[in-house]
Formats: sequence, structure tokens, C-alpha cells
Amino acid sequence: MATGDVKLIGAGASPYVNRVQIALNIKSVNYEFLEEKLGSKSELLLKSNPIHKKIPVLIHDDKPICESLVIVQYIDDVWTSGPSILPSDPYDRAIARFWAAYVDDKWFPLMKELWMAEGEEARAATIEKIVEGLVVLEEAFVKCSKGKAFFGGDSIGFLDIAFGSFLRWLNMTEKMGEMQLLSEAKTPNLVEWAERFCCDDAVKDVLPKTEKLIEIFKIMQARAKAPPSN
Amino acid sequence: MGHEVVLLASHVSMFGMRARIALAEKGIEYEYKEEDLPNKSPLLLKMNPVHKKIPVLIHNGKPICESLIIVQYIDEVWTDKAPILPSDPYPRSQARFWADYVDKKIYDAGRKIWTTKGEEQEAAKKDFIECLKVLEGTLGDKPYFGGDTFGFVDIALIPFYSWFYAYETCGNFSVEAECPKLILWAKRCMKKGSVSKSLPDPHKVYDYLLQLKKRLGIE
Repeated sequence: MATGDVKLIGAGASPYVNRVQIALNIKSVNYEFLEEKLGSKSELLLKSNPIHKKIPVLIHDDKPICESLVIVQYIDDVWTSGPSILPSDPYDRAIARFWAAYVDDKWFPLMKELWMAEGEEARAATIEKIVEGLVVLEEAFVKCSKGKAFFGGDSIGFLDIAFGSFLRWLNMTEKMGEMQLLSEAKTPNLVEWAERFCCDDAVKDVLPKTEKLIEIFKIMQARAKAPPSN
Repeated sequence: MGHEVVLLASHVSMFGMRARIALAEKGIEYEYKEEDLPNKSPLLLKMNPVHKKIPVLIHNGKPICESLIIVQYIDEVWTDKAPILPSDPYPRSQARFWADYVDKKIYDAGRKIWTTKGEEQEAAKKDFIECLKVLEGTLGDKPYFGGDTFGFVDIALIPFYSWFYAYETCGNFSVEAECPKLILWAKRCMKKGSVSKSLPDPHKVYDYLLQLKKRLGIE
């Protein structure tokens, strides 16, 4: 059983940080949240994550763990008395990891591409790819959930956390672009899942409000930087 | 067919080598199917429709894709010998972090060395060596990345050793001159049967690379 000091270096708007917050909530772990200011990096962050210099960083008993999905798995490995985050079956675990990697390496970069896209043609092409990706994830949901509420089954799990953390950024993009990416027509199961996910006890106080993300997005656009990366 | 474990890979792919090493570490019998990457087999396309890439491990008919996910799967299913990930959560997290670092940095940095020339290539070489030095730093004086036993990060990185000669020849530099401790580590890994049997001859890799460059129209 884990004892000891838990600190999380992060920022409330970062989907990667939200992943860790959700995982800590699932396990009912108390932690100190050390909020980084947008646009600057604290000494503690630079010292705790010298390799990537990025949030989130979990500091447990003075030992840092970096990279959001590495942290989520660490939390699952340490706090074993709480609900499990990764599936127990090795094959299901591999599938959850596969789709989480897909979200991180293939799907979310398309969102960043859309934010930077110039011109109607480029935007339209990227939107098409994003929606195609969501359809792929819809199919994955049907297979993974096996008729239950979440990718993880009856309760939220690794893949729910990995993908769900992007939902408000997705929503922000839809509002800013005045279009729909996650639609009932093409991804009905995901639409329902998204609602359930955002209402979950471990999630509802974590995900930032879409309005807040719109504000942040506008600031970042003004600074001509890409929105937070892991 | 009747083979419980099948691996689709290509003999020069570092990612395929990771899976082969893990299977060898665990003493698992399997059927190896070599993929001709410009002509992907229907089996590969069926088993990995999302990425259409190797390696793919097929266990009892079910596919597992992405090399590090495959290695973790192998470790979690065949638990009787040669543990690959540490059992303690903190060292486990560090192993995952460093394997992820190898994935994020080494392949792309290496690839830039043989796909570019001039200033771009010089920058690519510098970046590649810097990343290897970071890894050398984290290895420290330990025999393996995980400590006394060969494990996850070693498996993630050692396949690239078979490509060093190709990178060095294309880029006109020496990894050993810059990172001698890393080469010592690599030679130590190569003493293991699971590694030496899974890595191709570096000269064969270089020949493959020359063919690949021709095919891609790169000088």
C-alpha cells in the first residue's frame, strides 16, 4: 500500500495533466497540485523533468515520473486497492495500449494540424482525416466496451482516460470552427460515451470548461505557438 | 498451420528485432514470417489494418501490434522466466519512460542521417549523438539499463546497434568515438543468444539501406 507525499506539476487546461488527475481521483489519492503558469516553466519542473521539460510530472515520495501514460500506469501499479485502470487480461491491456498510442501518435496530431491549417482546402482535408479517425475509434469502442458503458467496461479505464482527456479540446475546436467533428451520424456510440465520461465522478471536476479553452486557444493563437504538448 | 505464435516482421526492422529478442528471452517457439515491405501480405493488412506495419504478433489468431506493446504483452503472458519489466512500480515507470524516449528520438534522428546531406545531415548527426549520450548518461555504470539484468529498455534500444554501421557510413562518423560506454553495453548485449540471433549483420543492413535509398530516389 502506498504512503507518502504526492505532488502533481501541471496546468488545469492540459489534457495530459487531466489524465493524471483522473487517474489519481479513481484511486482516491490526495495530492498537491502545483500549477505551472502558461508560457513559463518553474525550477521544480525543469529539475524534475530535465529530459522533456514538460508537464505533467508526478512526484511521489520525492521521485519524479514523467509522460502522462507512463504516470497513469504507475498510479495503477502503486495504488492497487483502488479500482483497476488497466484491464486485467494481457490481450485487453495490449488493445488498450494500442488505441491510446493511436490517439496520441495519429489522432491528436491531426487536431494540432487543424489548428495550424491555413486555407479552406487544407482545413477541409484535415477535418476529413479527423472524422475518419473518430470513426476508427468508434469501431474500437464497440469492440473494447463489449456492450458496456466505457472502453474499459463498466467503469472508466486506461483508454477512456487517454482519449477522454481530449474531449473538451475537441469541443473547443468544434465551437471555434463552427462545425461538428464528433457527430451522432457517424459516431453515435462515442457521442454517448463522451457524455458519460464527462459526468463520471473522477472526471467531472477535472476537465476544463470549453469556454476556458477557447480563451486559452485565442491567447496561444496570438502567440502563434501550438497548444500544450505532452 | 497450427502455430500458436506467429510473428510478422522484416529482418532489418529494429522494431521486429525487439519482438524477436523478447520471444527468444522467454524461449517461446513461434513461426516467423518475413514481410516484403513494398508488397505487404494480405495477412499483415488483415492483422494490422490501422497502421499496416510490422511487427505484428499473432497469438492464438489474435493480433498484437506496436513493438513495445508486443514486448509488454509477451512479458505479461509468459511469466515463468526472464522478466522483462521490473516488478517494482518505480523502476517499471522509469523503464517505460526510457523505452518511450528511445521510440520518440532514436529512429527519427537516425533516419535523418541517411535521408539528408550537408548541413541538414550534420544537424541530424549532432542530434543523434546527443540522444545517445543522454541514454549513455542514464545507463551510467550499470551493466544494463535496468541494472543487473537485461530488460525492457535494453530490448528497446539494442536493435539500433545493427543500424549503427549504416548510419556511420552514410554520415561519416563513429558512434564508438562519441559514446564508448554505449558500445560496451551493446557488445555486452550481443553476448546474449537472444540478441545475437535476432540482430542482422550490420553489413547486410547497410546493403539493404543502399537498395532502399535507390528505391526511394535518395542519393
